[in-house]
Amino acid sequence: MPGLEDLYREIILDHYRNPRNRGELEAPPAHRVEGFNPLCGDEIVVYIDVDDGVVTDIRIGGQGCSISQSSASMMSAAVKGKTIDEVHDLTRAFKAMMSIHESNLEGEDADLDEVAEVKLGDLEALRGVVKFPVRIKCATLSWNTLAQGLDEAQATAEA
Amino acid sequence: MAMTDCTKLDVAAIKADFPLLQREVHGKPIVYLDSAATSQKPRVVLDALDTYYETINSNVHRGVYQIAEQATAEMEAARVNVARFIGAPSATGVVFTKNATEAINLVAGSWGRANLAEGDAVLLTHMEHHADIVPWQILQAERGFDIRWIPLTDDGQLDLTDLDQLLDGVKLLGVAAMSNVLGTINPIGRLVDAAHAAGALVLVDACQYVPHISTDVSAWGADFVAFSGHKMCGPTGIGVLWGREDLLDAMPPFLGGGEMIRDVRLDGFTCNDLPWKFEAGTPPIAEIIGLGAAIDYLDSLGMDAVRRHEIELTDYALRTLGDRFGDKLTIHGPADARLRGGVISFAFADLHPHDISQVLDEHAVCVRAGHHCAKPLMRVLGVGATARASVYVYNDESDIDALADALASTADFFLL
Repeated sequence: MPGLEDLYREIILDHYRNPRNRGELEAPPAHRVEGFNPLCGDEIVVYIDVDDGVVTDIRIGGQGCSISQSSASMMSAAVKGKTIDEVHDLTRAFKAMMSIHESNLEGEDADLDEVAEVKLGDLEALRGVVKFPVRIKCATLSWNTLAQGLDEAQATAEA
Repeated sequence: MAMTDCTKLDVAAIKADFPLLQREVHGKPIVYLDSAATSQKPRVVLDALDTYYETINSNVHRGVYQIAEQATAEMEAARVNVARFIGAPSATGVVFTKNATEAINLVAGSWGRANLAEGDAVLLTHMEHHADIVPWQILQAERGFDIRWIPLTDDGQLDLTDLDQLLDGVKLLGVAAMSNVLGTINPIGRLVDAAHAAGALVLVDACQYVPHISTDVSAWGADFVAFSGHKMCGPTGIGVLWGREDLLDAMPPFLGGGEMIRDVRLDGFTCNDLPWKFEAGTPPIAEIIGLGAAIDYLDSLGMDAVRRHEIELTDYALRTLGDRFGDKLTIHGPADARLRGGVISFAFADLHPHDISQVLDEHAVCVRAGHHCAKPLMRVLGVGATARASVYVYNDESDIDALADALASTADFFLL
């Protein structure tokens, strides 16, 4: 039986109490994307600056539970300064940890090995969430929102 | 089965009637405080379902053999039981639906589609459940009428200051008898009088009311009343729409199929009599009979005793939470237990309701966390979500104490 300490690791509570990169960026030039969790009413706003394929800055707004807020905080720290490709790899690795194997749905199992190579760092602390299935959506909300923001940034860059 | 005198519920005996309440969660006795979402079911209701399937399972209104006649008789007896329980003049206006949501969709889809057009208005309130908002919004897109809203006062009651103005030109008022978030009990009689004076019909969403307070739809003077069986000790999958017979008679059918027709020809059909006109297809026979058993169970407790019990328990909960947590804990809705039901939504420090209910679960305390299908109300309250504890006949002060203890341990865990 998973206990609370599996879910609320100390590093998660730290990010929840002291969220990193909290705030806003002027949009435009930044990209502003909102994400919603219809189950619990959580709302997140992700602001990203993308320059020459690199996420140069990121800010997080909105409200949510400790899992969604800490996941967003850790995500912001992990992706700042990374290329869009690196962020995509990190996103896939994070979702794989959450037992969401998107590549499996498309029949591309080979990607799993690559995903295993990606270093998740602090984000590893969220591994326990997978034992509380209802909360997986809390942990992935910011990541899905970021992915949408990157798509929009790329579309703008190509336009 | 628990039998009690007319003054006080014997909660220990009642609890023993509910098999699920005997179980443990995480090695602790379950503390079930989510009856506003769905109630637990007493043994007599579970037995009624079993007995139906084991002895008279057959389709109703068709077979001429003995068990089919018995099934039909038991289903129709349950309809009479429902009518009596809510003070309806007869069982003819009692339509069985899947749930209260379907009941409201029936009114919108049948009465609304036939009677609402551009220039008309429907009046709702800021405390409505999505089930009494979205069906009207869906129809609005098709018919182009206005939707207006009765706002709330700071203590979570309907602000009726501008009621007459709001009702001007309105064809239907849709209002909850009791809020599923705030617990507020609304003045239905007064609202019905004002609406009728303005020429509007009234649809009452009585989901949170019928299970807890003796209901008399005739005294209300309401035109339509919707509620669900599963919040009143009955099974899931059974809801009720009671409607004034003259209105139901004039309304076009909602769903088409078997049972709801008298005749079908290649060039058309004629409808069955009320209430079967609105009951297309094989009905949820076992669930209807189970709802009848649930009503018998509530009758054995006495609805006046149920209401007194819930006022006392709600008062105890409001005092206990206030005493133990002071300003750290904010309770939404009226502060006087006599003005509200046993639905207690609260904010606890700046903790998110998901985090609260996660820690409470560790203590086997079941509460709801979320927007409770009332997002417009969440926006009025200025919150994304609330935690909600709700009581019923099988809860007592020990359940409230367990909630308070678990909240104290939540505060410890998050170092408040």
